[in-house]
Amino acid sequence: MALLQLSEPGQTPDPHARRIAVGIDLGTTHSLVAAVRHGLAECLPDAQGRVILPSAVRYLPDNGRQIGFDALAMQADDPENTVLSVKRLMGRGLADVRGHERLPYQFVDQPGMVAIRTRQGIKTPVEISAEILATLRFRAEDTFNDDVFGAVITVPAYFDDAQRQATKDAAQLAGINVLRLINEPTAAAVAYGLDNGSEGLYAVYDLGGGTFDISVLRLQRGVFEVVATGGDAALGGDDFDHALADWALSQAGLSATSAHDKRAVLVAARAAKEALTDAEQTALTCNLSGQTLAVDVMRAQFDALTKPLVDRTLAAVRKVLRDAKLKRDDVAGVVMVGGSTRMPAVRAAVGELFGRPPLVNLNPDEVVAVGAAIQANALAGNAQDGELLLLDVIPLSLGLETMGGLVERIIERNTTIPVAKAQEFTTFKDGQTAMAIHVLQGERELVTDNRSLARFELRGIPSMVAGAARIRVTFQVDADGLLSVAAREQGSGVEASVVVKPSYGLADDQIANMLKEGFASAETDMVARRLAEARVEAERMTLATRAALAADGELLTAAERDDIEALVTALAKIATADNHAAIDTAVEKLADGTEAFAAARMNRGIQAALTGRKINDL
Amino acid sequence: MKLSDDDFTLFGLPQRFALDRAALDDCWRALQAQVHPDHFASEGASAQRLAMQWAVRVNEAYQRLKSPLKRGAYLCELRGAPIQAENNTAMSAAFLMQQMGWREDLDDAVDVAAIERLDDTVAADEQARLAELGLTLDAPGDPQTAALAAAQQVRALMFVARFRADIGRRLEALDA
Repeated sequence: MALLQLSEPGQTPDPHARRIAVGIDLGTTHSLVAAVRHGLAECLPDAQGRVILPSAVRYLPDNGRQIGFDALAMQADDPENTVLSVKRLMGRGLADVRGHERLPYQFVDQPGMVAIRTRQGIKTPVEISAEILATLRFRAEDTFNDDVFGAVITVPAYFDDAQRQATKDAAQLAGINVLRLINEPTAAAVAYGLDNGSEGLYAVYDLGGGTFDISVLRLQRGVFEVVATGGDAALGGDDFDHALADWALSQAGLSATSAHDKRAVLVAARAAKEALTDAEQTALTCNLSGQTLAVDVMRAQFDALTKPLVDRTLAAVRKVLRDAKLKRDDVAGVVMVGGSTRMPAVRAAVGELFGRPPLVNLNPDEVVAVGAAIQANALAGNAQDGELLLLDVIPLSLGLETMGGLVERIIERNTTIPVAKAQEFTTFKDGQTAMAIHVLQGERELVTDNRSLARFELRGIPSMVAGAARIRVTFQVDADGLLSVAAREQGSGVEASVVVKPSYGLADDQIANMLKEGFASAETDMVARRLAEARVEAERMTLATRAALAADGELLTAAERDDIEALVTALAKIATADNHAAIDTAVEKLADGTEAFAAARMNRGIQAALTGRKINDL
Repeated sequence: MKLSDDDFTLFGLPQRFALDRAALDDCWRALQAQVHPDHFASEGASAQRLAMQWAVRVNEAYQRLKSPLKRGAYLCELRGAPIQAENNTAMSAAFLMQQMGWREDLDDAVDVAAIERLDDTVAADEQARLAELGLTLDAPGDPQTAALAAAQQVRALMFVARFRADIGRRLEALDA
């Protein structure tokens, strides 16, 4: 598409003008970073050639940190300071975290998000995730010997607003420019679809370490349209480990009470689970304080033990098919994603439900990161054809609390994003001058059964009789799946709005403080960083404007064109000086000055789309 | 093309109930390919904002056009006969009897198969009502007179849709 074209026709793009854009799969058990290199999307290895980074962070006595394999190796020896599966805690209060009493951490149940007390103080899941993200960012920067322009980060499709916001906060803390949050199954479909040239309806069954997603997508000529999505944000391979560990302990008549023992038995259970993928039988062994746990386990026993977990995934699959009004035979193929789909029982159950064997030809660990890298490359403007379009949906309905503790749904689940919807409410008491707005996410009728996202108040409503005020509440969900809510009394124009993050997310000043407090990724000079960012933004705007002028310049009068050229020239001049605030202002001026031009170009695009369709009809 | 254009104009479709679903879907994808914020990721905040507005508008129109019930209600509104379901609850006795019968059947249904059988019955009734609505709205003659009659048919269909949603919830509860 012309808007993304960076070079004049006939000229070779300057290789240095290519922006480094990466895809990051921030997983429960492990994380990966991928990028498009030499036209191919691939996962980037570390110095030892390993692409997988275990999602493990250990806080050391000397204020240092171990991240990845080193931390993983110490999980049983230093369990309280070695955090695994932190993704399960993102955007969650302690009460939301199923099975937290089995975990070896010292939880701090603070308002908003749960945190963990370590020897380096209290760490939030956002900070811990940021350590992992920063490690991957450094890996990418080492690989390319260049700064990373931006990243697409994947989240489970079933993540709610609080979890998405927490993920975005973590990226910001790690110094990463988030180009887009995309859903893991969608990323997998991009990698799969582009690889296989597939068309039609595909289901993506994604059973990771801690989350389960099932999505149905329509693949058609570079457009990936999510038709329906569902799942369980707290069901994954970890649960299979726990089930096996509990069983083994009860078989042996032992118990694991200390943090070390809890961790040791989980490690052994996971190893046994993995062994059972190929073997019919294995032994689960580990040393507990003073005693040895040694239990033989047959695959059939393991399958029976974990059948309830597999059945939960199948129920979610059936629900999604119902939502999409599809029968299993409408689905052309089932793509398996996530390391947990290696379990034979899972493959067999999914195959039976869909009446066809699932597709397993891509590496289930890498496929999500690879898909994210393809999308990141397109968003950064590097893709040659720009044919890729992802049309995603919101996974859970959004609504408001109304009288009697009931939920009024404003936006139904599986609505394509971006989306905005407004609904009018009124006052229920004479002379009522304020209205509480309570924003909820979920499918249940009662407020208490749904997730509370935010509360805010619209104040200063003129005193009127009950039912006379007209309060219009607008929900807007952007292309990242993040929500903002605004309320406005129509008669008086009184307004209130909130970007939904206060109950779980971090406020911007909190992030700024964390950055100041010597976070690993923030060791660079903040001022130099701001300047570099401002210059990148200036270059980005200038390139985009030049490309737009080249493609659609004839939409402008000579005078309008001169005005825009003048703004570009002014920006170029200011960008050479060292004042980041002045550069930001000049960028903003150019953005404002090109708004009408952008509107005209968008209009032309829409006309072209309609005309194109009409030609096809003839 | 303006944000305030009606849905049919936006999608270049004739203003009527009968609709070529494949053409609608193709047009939606073509429009999103032009206006989706992802295509303006490397441009400034104002282009992003504008793209967001258009993408939201295109999605809104698509949601409304692709659902026969919403499309019918929208046509009634465009032709001066808004649905205002909350102020127009009077339905015919025969219709109410049918509704009560269905509700009893749903209460009596014990397993998934029985509920799905009921859903098939209700779905068939819904299809027949939608066909009737199409005939009313697309009939030659004064559009507003047709819209007034159609509005009542839309209200009945809203009851049916709500009942089917209840069936869906029952199925979900049994499957959980």
